[in-house]
Amino acid sequence: MRATIKILRFNPEVDKTSHWAEYQVDTEPNEQLLNVLHYIKWNLDGTLTLRRSCAHGICGSDAMVVNGRNRLACKVLMKYLGSSVTVEPIRGLRVIKDLVVDMEPFMAKYKSIMPYLINDEDPGSRERPQSPEERERFDDTTKCILCAACTTACPSFWANGEYVGPAAIVQAHRFIFDSRDRGAAERLAVMNEWSGVWRCRTIFNCVEACPRDINVTKAIGEVKKAILFDEV
Amino acid sequence: MAQAVAVIRAFYKGITYRGREGHWAWMMHRVGGLGVLLFLALHIFDIFLIGFGPEVFNRFLFIYHSPPFRVLIVFLIYGVLYHALNGLRIIIIDFWPSTTRYERQMFWVAMAIVIPVWLVAAYFTIAPIFAPH
Ligand code: FES
Repeated sequence: MRATIKILRFNPEVDKTSHWAEYQVDTEPNEQLLNVLHYIKWNLDGTLTLRRSCAHGICGSDAMVVNGRNRLACKVLMKYLGSSVTVEPIRGLRVIKDLVVDMEPFMAKYKSIMPYLINDEDPGSRERPQSPEERERFDDTTKCILCAACTTACPSFWANGEYVGPAAIVQAHRFIFDSRDRGAAERLAVMNEWSGVWRCRTIFNCVEACPRDINVTKAIGEVKKAILFDEV
Repeated sequence: MAQAVAVIRAFYKGITYRGREGHWAWMMHRVGGLGVLLFLALHIFDIFLIGFGPEVFNRFLFIYHSPPFRVLIVFLIYGVLYHALNGLRIIIIDFWPSTTRYERQMFWVAMAIVIPVWLVAAYFTIAPIFAPH
């Protein structure tokens, strides 16, 4: 299958604004888009810059806007994209070069929700037990790989870069509803700030974008309710 | 200013991102909400004119019956209906987060109510334009 791949490119050393570049490539229906980008970089134009690591949808490096929607290049197959494919960097974060954006602000938001177990109680010489039901409570939000596909698909985040964003809320949810954790109040305080959870307008782009099928808006809704009714 | 530019940029991203029902539901909710607000401002203005006596007030009211204005009112009706019904959808989603699973279906249910009611209302709004005087 012959495909035209249009990539939004930007080289900070020569370009003032980004521009589209087109590549003609022979592809297989079951080939990952990432493979095709590799082909372009390794055979047609070595200057193409992109981020990837695992190539199997687990490291979260290669989120990009594919045919207008946020996708992981390594998870989307050519047969679902047709013969004309557009690829852009994810939106709302500064483009460093081509498909590589500055993830620092995104990671800073992740850190702001204190993504680690908070519990001073001494568990003694054993682990902190948890029932299957208690584990189930936050199961969905443990799947996040921090690829930023959700946050950079969110119109609230585009309009206001201060918004902590769906990914950070998902991570907060993962600890807030963990029965072993004691930091819920601190995290809910962060969530209740002006830049917090109330910026969510239930647009659902995050849910459509998540490569891990996390019901992000549901998690955000649960955090909103935890603040509103003051109970976890 | 910087905030205005950011909002315009966000709007551009909004119309070029290929979101699904929730995305368009939200865009319409915003635009509809702002439109209704505009009409509300106009309405407050016309009520304010009462202060200048019936003469002035009645003269102003005339514009509401002019054909172009009736067309605008058709949009207004859509704005009010849609904003109300989708507003209910959002309230349901907010208070019962597990219903997020059905957000798309709820959007189409809202549309299934909005569209027929709107068409009927639009008919009664537009028909007088063509009625013989
Ligand atoms: S390269 Fe690791 S998630 Fe795609």
